[in-house]
Amino acid sequence: MSNIGTGRQDLRTPIARARGLGSGKSGTGHWWWQRVTSVALLLLVPWMIGLLVSLVGADLLTVRDVISRPWNAIFLAGFVIIMFWHIQQGLQVVIEDYVHTRWIEVALQLAVALGCVVGALASLYSLGHIAMIVASTQTS
Amino acid sequence: MPPSPESASPMATPERPQSRPLSPHLQVYRWQITMTMSILHRATGMGLALGAVGLVWWLLAVATGGESYDRAMAFIGSPFGLFLLAGFSLALVYHLLNGIRHLLWDAGWGFDIPDVYRSGWAVAVLTFVFTAAIWLAAWPGGAA
Repeated sequence: MSNIGTGRQDLRTPIARARGLGSGKSGTGHWWWQRVTSVALLLLVPWMIGLLVSLVGADLLTVRDVISRPWNAIFLAGFVIIMFWHIQQGLQVVIEDYVHTRWIEVALQLAVALGCVVGALASLYSLGHIAMIVASTQTS
Repeated sequence: MPPSPESASPMATPERPQSRPLSPHLQVYRWQITMTMSILHRATGMGLALGAVGLVWWLLAVATGGESYDRAMAFIGSPFGLFLLAGFSLALVYHLLNGIRHLLWDAGWGFDIPDVYRSGWAVAVLTFVFTAAIWLAAWPGGAA
């Protein structure tokens, strides 16, 4: 069917015509990594809720101190990366499902992807900044 | 294939002489918990994406300190801030619990209709229970 309008016979094999279309773009990769980030967040979100609840009512110095403790800083960094990755994956599917004007769809996908990268980078910058403030106030 | 006499059914109309499968039309579809859970999963996911922006804003305020931090904490402690936080925590707990439901389906568990309805109601109830538990845990130490 793909030779309609060309007046020529399409010599490509069926797999060659399917490549790059539909799920042929990335196979099950998107679906699988969405599950990977889901499982990671299933572990990280309860920990994150516990951390935030423990910080209620704390002053700025305490908040910074808690955030900059090694394992807290490590898991917080992991949390923001995986969270923004998961947000990008989820919003991508929502846009694919509901936005049917091609240029708006592409523009939204770009905006979401770039926004998530900026969000993750800003979070990592903050975590590093907080750790350095705390380290600079500690006399070793 | 030309329409055969057998293909005519109660669904056939002069405009649609051939009976073809219809997609569920929301106005005439009987309500089921599954449809609500499904759309809420998407809605809360989109809401949580906005909430993530709030988390970044808070982290930046903690890093900057001084007036930025005071302003951020004053906003979070204000009635509107607490309202947003309440909605955010509800959405987070819901999306997390319903996400477990989705993961279990992906593993092939709980596909029978009674199971799907039961797990749906369990998520609905537990969302409020867990969210209330989080706020109770935060309350005594809170400035609110």
